[in-house]
Amino acid sequence: MLPALLSGFIFAILILLFGKQVRGKSAMAVTLLPLGLFTYFLFLLPEIANGNALLFSYPWIPSMGINLDFKVDGLSLLFSLLITGIGALVFFYASYYLKGHRYLDRFYCYLCIFMAAMLGVVLSDNVILLFVFWELTSISSFFLIGFNNDDPASRKSSIMALAITGGGGFLLMAGFILLGSISHTYSIREMLTSSAVLKENAAYGWILVLLFAGAFTKSAQFPFHFWLPGAMKAPTPVSAYLHSATMVKAGIYLLARFTPVLGSHPAWNNTLLITGGITMLYSAFHAIFRTDLKGILAYSTISALGMLVFLLGAGSEQAMLAVAVFIIVHALYKAALFLTAGILDHETGTRDVTQLSGLRKVMMPVAIAGLLAALSSAGLPGTFGFIGKDLIYETTLHAGTLNIWLTAAAVLTNILLLYAGFLAGIKPFSGDLPEAFKAVHLPDMRLWAPPLLLAVLGLAYGIIPALTDTSLVQPVVQALSPGAAVTPLKIWHGFNTILLLSGITLAGGIGLYYYRQPSARRQQALQRYDFISPETLLLKSAGKFDVFSHWYTNKLHNGYLRSYVNVIVIFMSGLLGYKLITGVNIYLDLSNLSRITMYDVTIFCIIIAAIWKTISTSSRITAVASMSIVGYCICLLFVIYSAPDLAMTQFTIDTLTVVLFVLVLFRLPRFLRINDTRVVVRDSIVSIIFGSLIAIIALEVMNEPTNKETSRYYAENAYLLAKGKNVVNVMLVDFRGFDTLIEITVLVIAALGVYSLLKLRVSSTEKE
Amino acid sequence: MKSVILRTASNYLLPLLLLFSVFILLRGHYSPGGGFVGGLMASIAFVLHAFANKLENTRKLLRFPPGSFIPVGLAIGFLSGLAPVFVGKPFLTALWFDTPVLIVGLVGTPLFFDIGVFFVVIGITLTILFNISENIL
Repeated sequence: MLPALLSGFIFAILILLFGKQVRGKSAMAVTLLPLGLFTYFLFLLPEIANGNALLFSYPWIPSMGINLDFKVDGLSLLFSLLITGIGALVFFYASYYLKGHRYLDRFYCYLCIFMAAMLGVVLSDNVILLFVFWELTSISSFFLIGFNNDDPASRKSSIMALAITGGGGFLLMAGFILLGSISHTYSIREMLTSSAVLKENAAYGWILVLLFAGAFTKSAQFPFHFWLPGAMKAPTPVSAYLHSATMVKAGIYLLARFTPVLGSHPAWNNTLLITGGITMLYSAFHAIFRTDLKGILAYSTISALGMLVFLLGAGSEQAMLAVAVFIIVHALYKAALFLTAGILDHETGTRDVTQLSGLRKVMMPVAIAGLLAALSSAGLPGTFGFIGKDLIYETTLHAGTLNIWLTAAAVLTNILLLYAGFLAGIKPFSGDLPEAFKAVHLPDMRLWAPPLLLAVLGLAYGIIPALTDTSLVQPVVQALSPGAAVTPLKIWHGFNTILLLSGITLAGGIGLYYYRQPSARRQQALQRYDFISPETLLLKSAGKFDVFSHWYTNKLHNGYLRSYVNVIVIFMSGLLGYKLITGVNIYLDLSNLSRITMYDVTIFCIIIAAIWKTISTSSRITAVASMSIVGYCICLLFVIYSAPDLAMTQFTIDTLTVVLFVLVLFRLPRFLRINDTRVVVRDSIVSIIFGSLIAIIALEVMNEPTNKETSRYYAENAYLLAKGKNVVNVMLVDFRGFDTLIEITVLVIAALGVYSLLKLRVSSTEKE
Repeated sequence: MKSVILRTASNYLLPLLLLFSVFILLRGHYSPGGGFVGGLMASIAFVLHAFANKLENTRKLLRFPPGSFIPVGLAIGFLSGLAPVFVGKPFLTALWFDTPVLIVGLVGTPLFFDIGVFFVVIGITLTILFNISENIL
């Protein structure tokens, strides 16, 4: 399992190394990765039938309960198959769609990372691990959405997507830690056993809020939905992948995964019902006002996600079955519609529905794909969508007291979604072919085969539901509500209320399609209300933040290092002074001090002399040299008090600092004159106060009883456990190796910062 | 800097200081020393050489741009941490060879980790110092 997950990351690195080949003819070869993974997961299918689960565990940080635990059950396998299966088609499609693009290798690199991260999210059994992958998907999708980074709109929407999903991710992390601290485990599998304890805990509400924040931002639920339409700035294969099949479903996955742990509680169910309900209605309504193909699809995706959240909120076994089926239905038809939209864009250069028409005459296979996908989204009998829709209505009808309202909401949403699906899948291909598109011809097979395959699958599953029933759907239901009674999927339920509702949906949607023409005018009419949309409100508050930070920066960061130092020192003095006044008893116990030797006195005198020279000289270089004398004297103190490691480091650092200072000061005027007595007085007051505070604190520290336990542990175990006699070094490379590893990484980042600052040459045209 | 004495001295000091820095690096696990200090010393050796013999000559002597030490060091450090994963132990667990090597003593993944730190430190200090002096001198 671990190799399967890591392969995506390894491939990403390989792609960067062999960039030239990937950009050239062998772009298609990258498809082998998702295809191979898809086959691997396919072979796992028989193993997880009847609600069984496969576990893989690799130790990572066992002392903190964080391990590389992976669990394959119905739910995670369904998602894995979608990720790799649709991934394979998208990789294949992109090899033609972006043929000859100069950054094709980067594109595949990001896509591989994204795919691997997504797989990680759905397969992790450890919440910390899940969070790591979760954020990785946000980051890789940031790169993918902003792939056309010459376009300011593209950059803006990628930042927006990252801000929202990343922000949600932080809250999710907090939720996970809270969950972990209550159930005393980070393993989701083990949390199941403490489900009842969790629900009774006082922090249950907080856990829900934090978890929902993560899931709703990721899955674009109202009011966080607006990043998703913006994310359509990404190349179409990415939109198809990120926004139909995978990333946005991560939130759904999360909710589904925690349904057995945290679900069946009014707070959980009602929140999901309300949020999902609002989202599905709001965005289905918005979808029909769009004229951009991708805009329509984006809003209908949000609506479908809302539907899934809504169903999870309903919570019954029936609902779980509906969730399982609808995830497959939606992934199949939405990916197909996105890919056909991409073909239309690629071949005609426009995505405006009001202009596209009659294209079936020139690209028949694409039209068939679009038609089949639209029919499945409409839920026509004989498609998989029909089965999905049936299950949704069955869920809402049996949802207790509110059933009429919930059913009405579901029917209304479905009518609007049907209309949106027809707009995207049928409208561009029907009618007469305009003069402008006469020259359009059928593109390469690599473009139309993937959507056609997906659309045909949607049909095949609809006609023979047994294809997915026991192998895919039932294990998902078992994972969502363990021990649920198994009801096989049926094509035909006989004449009942549900069929009537389906009929109403179809009639309503098709009627709407014939009656109403999409137009840019209507979209503009809707835009009048934009000022109260969540997006505008959020951007406005973000603007306030901008204003504040400008004000703050201008006040405090005026570009003079001396004023920065002043602010920091004064602030520190204030803080320390306050602490000293409030609760520290200052007393000097001379017996605690070690005996003062001749060495100490000598060094002390040298330091005093050096400091005097530093502040009295008028040459910068002399000042720096005298300062370094102070540093070396402290090194000597370290040597005397037997800390050779510290002394060595301090000595070398001091030397390098002096070199650095000399280099920097080289260009400055040779002499500095401080005429302003006011400044001198101010600076000396500040430094005297700060110095005395530090001295008092140093004396205080000596009075505190020292906790020797840690140092004793290191001293005793350095040789036994780490085979080293130098405790300092053993700590650095062994006991605290993680810290060191991250520290050197931080150093590298700092060096990159310095390097780019020094090498930055802003041309006059770029300077605004 | 046009000082014959400094230039001559630096030519002899460079190999000596480098040797010393490697010595400091290797003995780190048993006596004062280690990758960080060793790396700083090696960079001081190069900086001294650059002062005496002009920057271009030091760059030529290094052959690779100093920045290229950084990824090498990071990779060594990371891989030495990753090595135990392949024998089924957690990340960054120390692995040791049984027989001690002359001067160095026992050899294990912490030593390689230290070597990684050594290279990163050299890379970073030289990148910063060389670039600043290039901008200024």
